Amino acid sequence: MPVLDITLKDNALIMIHSLFLINNAGDLFLEKHWKSVISRSVCDYFFEAREKAVEPDNVPPVIRTPHHYLINIYREKIFFVSVIQTEVPPLFVIEFLHRVAETFQDYFGECSESTIKDNVVIVYELLEEMLDNGFPLATESNILKELIRPPTILRSMVNTITGSSNVGETLPTGQLSTIPWRRAGVKYTNNEAYFDVVEEIDAILDKSGTTVFAEIQGVIDACVKLSGMPDLTLSFMNPRLLDDVSFHPCVRYKRWESERVISFVPPDGNFQLMSYHISAQNLVAIPVYVKQNISFFETGSSGRLDITVGPKQTMGKTVEGLVVTVHMPKVVLSANLNATQGTYNYDPVTKILVWDIGKLNPQKLPNLKGSLSLQSGAPKPEENPSLNIDLKIQQLAISGLKVNRLDMYGEKYKPFKGVKYVTKAGKFQVRT
Amino acid sequence: MTTMQKLLQLPVNAVNMVKSVQGVAQGQEEALSPVLTPDSGPQNWYNAVQPEELRHLRSGGTGGGGEGSEDRPGLEEGLTSVQSQPLRHDDLKEMLDSNKDSLKLEAMKRIVAMIARGKNASDLFPAVVKNVACKNIEVKKLVYVYLVRYAEEQQDLALLSISTFQRGLKDPNQLIRASALRVLSSIRVTIIVPIMMLAIKEAASDMSPYVRKTAAHAIPKLHSLDPEQKDQLIEVIEKLLADKTTLVAGSVVMAFEEVCPDRIDLIHKNYRKLCNLLIDVEEWGQVVIINMLTRYARTQFLNPNINESLLEESSEKAFYASDDEEDEDKKAEAATLAKRKPYVMDPDHRLLLRNTKPLLQSRNAAVVMAVAQLYFHLAPKAEVGIIAKALVRLMRSHSEVQYVVLQNVATMTIKRRGMFEPYLKSFYIRSTDPTQIKILKLEVLTNLANETNISTILREFQTYIKSMDKDFVAASIQAIGRCATNIGEVRDTCLNGLVQLLSNRDELVVAESVVVIKKLLQMQPEQHSDIIKHMAKLIDNIQVPMARASILWLIGEYCEHVPKIAPDVLRNMAKTFTNEEDIVKLQIINLAAKLYLTNSKQTKLLTQYVLNLAKYDQNYDIRDRARFIRQLIVPTDKSGALSKYAKKLFLALKPAPVLQSTFKDRDHFQLGSLSHLLNAKAAGYQELPDWPESVPDPSVRNVEIPDWSKCTSRKDRKEKKTEKPFYSDSEGESGPTESADSESDSGSGSESASASDESGSGSESEESREETESEDEEEDEEKEKKRKKRLDKTKAKKPAEESAESEQSSGTEDRKRGRKAVKNQKSASESESESESSESEDESEEESEEESESDTDIRKKKTPISKQPPKQSKKESKKERQEMSLLDLDDFEPAPASAPVTPVNFLSSSLVSDLEGLSLTNNILAPTTIAPSGSIKMYELLHRITGEGLAVEYCFSRQPFSPDPNMVAVQIQFTNNTNSETKNLHIEEPRLQSGMRIREFTEIDVLAAGESVTVVMGIDFCDSTQAANFQLCTHTRKFFVSIQPPVGELMTPVFLTENDFKKEQGKLMGMNEISEKLMLGEKCVNEHVIVERVTATANLSRVPCGSEKECRFAGKTVSSGCLVLVTVPTKEGGAAQLTVNCEKMLIGTLLVKDIMQALSQ
Repeated sequence: MPVLDITLKDNALIMIHSLFLINNAGDLFLEKHWKSVISRSVCDYFFEAREKAVEPDNVPPVIRTPHHYLINIYREKIFFVSVIQTEVPPLFVIEFLHRVAETFQDYFGECSESTIKDNVVIVYELLEEMLDNGFPLATESNILKELIRPPTILRSMVNTITGSSNVGETLPTGQLSTIPWRRAGVKYTNNEAYFDVVEEIDAILDKSGTTVFAEIQGVIDACVKLSGMPDLTLSFMNPRLLDDVSFHPCVRYKRWESERVISFVPPDGNFQLMSYHISAQNLVAIPVYVKQNISFFETGSSGRLDITVGPKQTMGKTVEGLVVTVHMPKVVLSANLNATQGTYNYDPVTKILVWDIGKLNPQKLPNLKGSLSLQSGAPKPEENPSLNIDLKIQQLAISGLKVNRLDMYGEKYKPFKGVKYVTKAGKFQVRT
Repeated sequence: MTTMQKLLQLPVNAVNMVKSVQGVAQGQEEALSPVLTPDSGPQNWYNAVQPEELRHLRSGGTGGGGEGSEDRPGLEEGLTSVQSQPLRHDDLKEMLDSNKDSLKLEAMKRIVAMIARGKNASDLFPAVVKNVACKNIEVKKLVYVYLVRYAEEQQDLALLSISTFQRGLKDPNQLIRASALRVLSSIRVTIIVPIMMLAIKEAASDMSPYVRKTAAHAIPKLHSLDPEQKDQLIEVIEKLLADKTTLVAGSVVMAFEEVCPDRIDLIHKNYRKLCNLLIDVEEWGQVVIINMLTRYARTQFLNPNINESLLEESSEKAFYASDDEEDEDKKAEAATLAKRKPYVMDPDHRLLLRNTKPLLQSRNAAVVMAVAQLYFHLAPKAEVGIIAKALVRLMRSHSEVQYVVLQNVATMTIKRRGMFEPYLKSFYIRSTDPTQIKILKLEVLTNLANETNISTILREFQTYIKSMDKDFVAASIQAIGRCATNIGEVRDTCLNGLVQLLSNRDELVVAESVVVIKKLLQMQPEQHSDIIKHMAKLIDNIQVPMARASILWLIGEYCEHVPKIAPDVLRNMAKTFTNEEDIVKLQIINLAAKLYLTNSKQTKLLTQYVLNLAKYDQNYDIRDRARFIRQLIVPTDKSGALSKYAKKLFLALKPAPVLQSTFKDRDHFQLGSLSHLLNAKAAGYQELPDWPESVPDPSVRNVEIPDWSKCTSRKDRKEKKTEKPFYSDSEGESGPTESADSESDSGSGSESASASDESGSGSESEESREETESEDEEEDEEKEKKRKKRLDKTKAKKPAEESAESEQSSGTEDRKRGRKAVKNQKSASESESESESSESEDESEEESEEESESDTDIRKKKTPISKQPPKQSKKESKKERQEMSLLDLDDFEPAPASAPVTPVNFLSSSLVSDLEGLSLTNNILAPTTIAPSGSIKMYELLHRITGEGLAVEYCFSRQPFSPDPNMVAVQIQFTNNTNSETKNLHIEEPRLQSGMRIREFTEIDVLAAGESVTVVMGIDFCDSTQAANFQLCTHTRKFFVSIQPPVGELMTPVFLTENDFKKEQGKLMGMNEISEKLMLGEKCVNEHVIVERVTATANLSRVPCGSEKECRFAGKTVSSGCLVLVTVPTKEGGAAQLTVNCEKMLIGTLLVKDIMQALSQ
């Protein structure tokens, strides 16, 4: 490494030095420095890499420049580019940046350029609280919300009229308790706790329909609105299914280790309680099958496409929201197809064919059939495009996971408890 | 709530403060203003920003939209005026000077928006800094934001704000103190270094852990501002390292890492504490601590793989190059080494591994990665595997996380391939993955390839080759090449596949294939002249220079295999020479030279021609090469001695290239680090030290109190307790007087009501407030005290009460001592169980004070009797409650009604709690306790004398341990031989080998004099005969004990038919079979005796057998369920043969020994 230039001489180690937000068009629309200012020209290295990568996905997360390292994430069409000067675990920064994005999402409903610009003051305040001297300070949403109140339409109206502020008038107590994720003094008239068990099937099926690889990624999202300091215990009918789990920090590891129950004092509001992973292939039911035939002809610059989707292992539930997406080879100019159900759309620019089927009717299987026209003169594509399937099954956790009961201790009222199961297709791909 | 009250009061104070500060500020400003006009100040900055500004203006002008249009109109107005007249913010200044907070706020918001967009707002500094003492919190905050941003540029003006912060540092509210320190330390003005130093020092001993945390954060700030302060700062770090709160731990280690990472000696005394605190530290702190501890452990402990590392390396070598002899040597060497130095892991090393393991389940990828690297660098080889699953899980995360994880997995797979093999399919590639992820996954798949899985991997690769992503296809082809070089069996298959690719339409694919084929052919060229010919034909069609060069090299290298084609190729190439790329030209020259040497008749002229062309080439490399080669191969008078050796030089046998991963040897960087990712040392990277040769003194980690090592956590907790007053100065527990006159905000009414029984109400209310401060474990203590209180109360009311009698006699003195002792036991981390039954009663009493006393008495009397089964349920509920208290806050109230109905997954617990309600005695409950029968051998755990009257014996009951079938049930019998009762018998601090687990028996509340009681505990010995060590605690004493199982007790019978037995035995041949001849003892006269002897030695069941001359037994190990098969065929004259088949060879060997002994007696 060359000797650091003069502006850096007093900057010893610091984890995250600066943050730049850059939109997809390459406009830098927000910058924040936790220490002395680093010129935004440092982002030129990023732009260079961005150009080279073609797709935003392919920008290397870590970019090396002569004096700095740029660690970036791409989320919601925004690049979060952080400037690092010294050794730091890259995941530390990446994970933190995602946490920032999640916080924005949490605060503004969505994390987009326009919402960030509209709420630039809150964004700044949040960033100020989240990092101190480059080291994460308060990242728990419950604490942040006590420090800086999220904007709501009503309040922003009231604020403009009365001139009051978004910042909490009282100072938070959260940092001082041993439960950093829960704020004190929560009160609700209706005490409710909802748990969504969401499972996604990741699968690769080969041409003949056999499963090359399948696993289930599950999460339990919770929305807990309970007064006081409830202590919850969630137990499963079949906890043995859960082979590999990760928890929100509120969950007590030891109870899980010893009893296979999830015991926790919940944060207030929405949070992800746990995620799990079921990789044993025999446990993964594949809800649909796809019969497909996509062929391109050597002559006449055309091709044929014929896709049929049918139910396979649906556990007696209806498959909804079925969508088939095909990334066509570049030479495919247009598609002239006929769908027996749903609608299809071929975008000749992105070369993506989307067939939105909707509900799967087992009596009358949906079929998409027709011809593809190719660029004339171009050789026929070597490869067949793979199909990406999207689907949803309500009221079913495909792994069979069942919540047994939820018990609450520490509070006297009777909460309303609800559990919902949904299965979705995750990265569900059929090779052709 | 005090904080709230104080906050509400705050504005009143603040108003005064504001007035005075503003007065000062304005005065100073006036004095300074001639010197520091807004215009002159920021000139430098402006120059820097100018181009940027212009860019924006331009983009705004041309694009019509650009950046500006997205802004809110109000802001836009302000900003455009900023842009056009950058030095005039009159409107903003006016607003800031106004009396209305709302205007100030609006102005500050606009200023912050400017800063956020990188606009200069430095000229507003004087106007903004005046508001530093504004009473509106939001204005204040935004002023802080501004100050931190611009203080460096406007040092003199920034000084105006210092006094506000200095005052803030003394504020009674901890959050205000913390915030003042935060901003003060963020103002990078050298002149205030002494003030900062003082502030940090003070804050480091602040009552509030939050302020101390801020102090830790401030340390690196000051250090970067003025490195001269290092020594003083280290002192502060040392002090903060000793802090016992989780809040501070992460931040101070961070400061340590930044200021003095080499002062590893500061860690010694805090090592165990850090390990124990780790799980409760916030996520980011965990990462920093784990990384630091990794480095620490590398300097302080011995390499756990010291005996294996050599073995491993050699086997690795054997894989690539088959140099068997050397291999053998090394193995032998390693084996001797292993014999010489038996490795014993330092308990502190184990502590670290054990305490980090649960963090693999963190939701934070950085934490998981930190633990993974810790295990990779520190754990014994056999244990590293557990990280694989967690890392694979991270692969589902965001693509950036995947990217980093895959890089690390790639490095790990080279060293420890086996670890990830089960997860092979998780690395399969989807067409939707970003290219960089695809390529990393390929890398991992290639690293994982071995003889067994290569066919599946190659099938996968075949689909990849058809991908539309050409970079990825090229990488796939390279991957195939690497698999082919590494795994001999598939070399031909791969080669054929690659040759087929040569007819691919895509040139890139063909080119890549050529390059890879070239490398493969180098390994065995003789057999593949066809392929070489085929490739020679291709040269007309392939345009990619690298591929052309590769083909030419191949032809030149193996020209004797293609004697007819080679000259022709050269002829063609000579024609196009001038149009080729440099790399191709060089290879043409090479080819010409080689052909000249082997076949000069045909190619002499061609070579001359090529060399002549090259002589006048534009590229000097090519000219040089031509000149050099001409001298070498064309013999002239002048040509030196070298030309004789030309053939040797050019046609020397070249070693085949080893295609290896780019991730090889990357593991010398600490995994998970930036340096590892970049494969280059980043600034500030701390080398991962090598393991020390000999073990450094482990006693450095001992802390003053001699028995620290035995009860780390206890000490820990104790410390915490003393540190309680830190929480808030006014709330401190510095004595009854203070708390009595402090704000009367003491907790719940019921507590203060019951407190009236206590000696002084002062101390009680202080305690209840402690609870609101929610220290870890505080609850326990609180309860404990309550319990004690209750006891006292009961005692006072019923002096004749039997159970209270002994305590009663000893009076208050005794009580205090007892409390202390109990406190200690309570806080011990492992078994925090206290006499549950009595406690829960107390709690119920707490709930309903009216409960009849007689009832209580009856139950009191019962408790010592109904011991065994209720405890299981109670343990559950107890645990429940205690863990709750770990986290609890002020408004926690025990919920005795609901607690016992916790769903418990082991049998009969709910039933038991019912039974308890019916007040049954142990007569009925006795069946669960298996009385030690005569055949079961009792072992001594604690002798009567060493145990000071407490005798403990244990035996292996050979019953399945119902709560956990993988545990061996150990039945423990306590006998109280003293004439006073022993209380609170429980287990603490198990010291276990890796993987071993203990399920403790439920605490025994009271063991009356002369009585004995039997309990059952479960131990998972992990199928080893290693002893399980733990402490047996009574209310007064702790005893170190250990249970070492005879090998025969590690198994449990299984029932097999004769056929099954034979089948299973067939599977366990070879290494897994141990056979020994023996002479039966005199008494072993018949089958019956043999069966008896064997089953007494080992917990096996007999397998039916046709022949009388043979006895067969079967069982499986408790922990892992490996089959253990024993066969004893007898022969004439007392001779017999003993055969044991077991996958676990160690178990088998030990079992043979034991059975031999039993049979030959």
